[in-house]
Amino acid sequence: MTVVVDISHRLGDLGLDVRFGSAGRLTALFGPSGSGKTTLINMIAGLIRPDKGRIEADGRVLVDTDAHLFVPKHKRRIGMVFQDARLFPHMSVASNLRYGRWFTPTAQRYADINAVVDLLGIGHLLDRRPAKLSGGEKQRVAIGRALLASPRLLLMDEPLASLDDARKAEILPYIERLRDETKIPIVYVSHSISEVARLASDVVVLAQGKVAACGPTGAIMQRLDLLPAEERGEGGAVLDTAVLRHDEVFGMTVLGSAAGEIRVPLLAMPVGAPVRIRIRARDVMIAIEQPTGLSALNILPGTIVAIEPGEGPTVEIGIDCHGATVLARITKQSRQTLKLRLGRSVFAVVKTVSFDRANTGAGLPVEADG
Amino acid sequence: MNWLLDLTPDEWNAVRLSVKVATVAMIASLPPGILIALVLARGQFWGKTLLNGLVHLPLILPPVVIGYLLLLSFGTRGPAGAFLAEHFGIVFSFRWTGAALACAVMGFPLMVRAIRLSIEAVDRRIEAAAGTLGANPLWVFGTITLPLILPGLITGAILSFAKAMGEFGATITFVSNIPNQTQTLPSAIYTFTQVPGGDAGALRLTLISIVISMAALVASEVLARRVGKRMDIE
Repeated sequence: MTVVVDISHRLGDLGLDVRFGSAGRLTALFGPSGSGKTTLINMIAGLIRPDKGRIEADGRVLVDTDAHLFVPKHKRRIGMVFQDARLFPHMSVASNLRYGRWFTPTAQRYADINAVVDLLGIGHLLDRRPAKLSGGEKQRVAIGRALLASPRLLLMDEPLASLDDARKAEILPYIERLRDETKIPIVYVSHSISEVARLASDVVVLAQGKVAACGPTGAIMQRLDLLPAEERGEGGAVLDTAVLRHDEVFGMTVLGSAAGEIRVPLLAMPVGAPVRIRIRARDVMIAIEQPTGLSALNILPGTIVAIEPGEGPTVEIGIDCHGATVLARITKQSRQTLKLRLGRSVFAVVKTVSFDRANTGAGLPVEADG
Repeated sequence: MNWLLDLTPDEWNAVRLSVKVATVAMIASLPPGILIALVLARGQFWGKTLLNGLVHLPLILPPVVIGYLLLLSFGTRGPAGAFLAEHFGIVFSFRWTGAALACAVMGFPLMVRAIRLSIEAVDRRIEAAAGTLGANPLWVFGTITLPLILPGLITGAILSFAKAMGEFGATITFVSNIPNQTQTLPSAIYTFTQVPGGDAGALRLTLISIVISMAALVASEVLARRVGKRMDIE
């Protein structure tokens, strides 16, 4: 287990009562604002002391109120990337990066400054002052600074929340590389489905200070009812696929998945590279027979395995396509007209153009996530 | 110009003594100044208002009162004075050290105020970030807090120095006005104004006093600006 949390804490009006354990490469703490996720990550970092309970990270007990144990933050060796970077304004980027190294015992230093600088693409920034960096650059330096302290666990508290979409797209690939190329387990706080679906191996869903669900990303993302209302439109199936080939003529990439071939806009990734896609439930149409004369390119045969009432006029249909479950959100009327019921064979139809940068990203290496 | 620089040995001594007293007062009050400012800016404890009031006393009491209180406590027969003389051989009464003590006490509230303000302006979340990188509280203070409050430290130090250069009431009450011993610039000027024909001497020392204080002020401005520019606070 990389993280085990079992705490109860009173925070103003919110009673935090959280218990979970995760062994994932990247565990997302996911929930709407006010659900207690930032408080929780601050407890893991040692910035907040829980009223009662126990926290373990990387096999080491950090907090145990019954035993009056509380490891202070500077002795935890847990890296933290804050939403607001928090670089040291009086030091250059290079000094910021080197700061944590001073305090890491030589035997426990595993982070190499050149490798980290390369990984994050910040070589050209080393002599600058933090005030002269853009938001995205600051965040990359903050990630580097945390990594170079050679942490046993890396915490990221909404690292992209204060950035615009272009900056987010700039940083996401670096976080994917971090997840795939280093061995440091990550706990990632976010309220954005697109970030969680793209990055996480495991998800802990928090709602009103309690754990609403906890498990592998694919399974959790199926549960549209767990998602906060304003994000529900972004919900859908998460599929781990691999690049089969590129279609240069039409500018498309063909992905191989359990559900069959899926065509998405051209990706700059080599053949064989793992790709994780999120098929938004609202982007999926259902046909009861093999459609013809249709512009949509992705037609996935499958069987209906779940029918859940959705919000308002909608109903959510789970379709098992050879082991991969695709979610479709359709109207109750369509469901009645098509006489959809459990066990019926149908076709899930997805337009290629419904895939964009927000729901297509580098997948986890195969051995890390099934 | 010659008459200006043509000082008598006693006058030179007064200038030298003043600079020495002010410098020692400034340096000696820095560590307790930082400590008290830190406690006032961040401490949460019973009696904080009392401590704050105590620190500000020299600002609101007549200097003569402070001088007399120092005489009572740090004089040869005062409890603190007797203790220090017996155990450490430090004597304040009628010595230049006493003048430095009086100046340090009088300048202390100004120094603490300046440092406290700059400590309160430090973003504590940045210190927390340093903590997660493995720095213990002492290291955080030395590598993050102290550099960030440097402009405030400079301002506080110079205010204390300038106050010391001009201190008169507490000094003369505590350590009197002995030439070559405790006669600082203001005391020397005062002496000149009390004797017939002392106008030229008083004016000379007055001008010197202005030059020294202005130089200190300008130096602090330049220093603080350079530090500020180097930091480029976000």
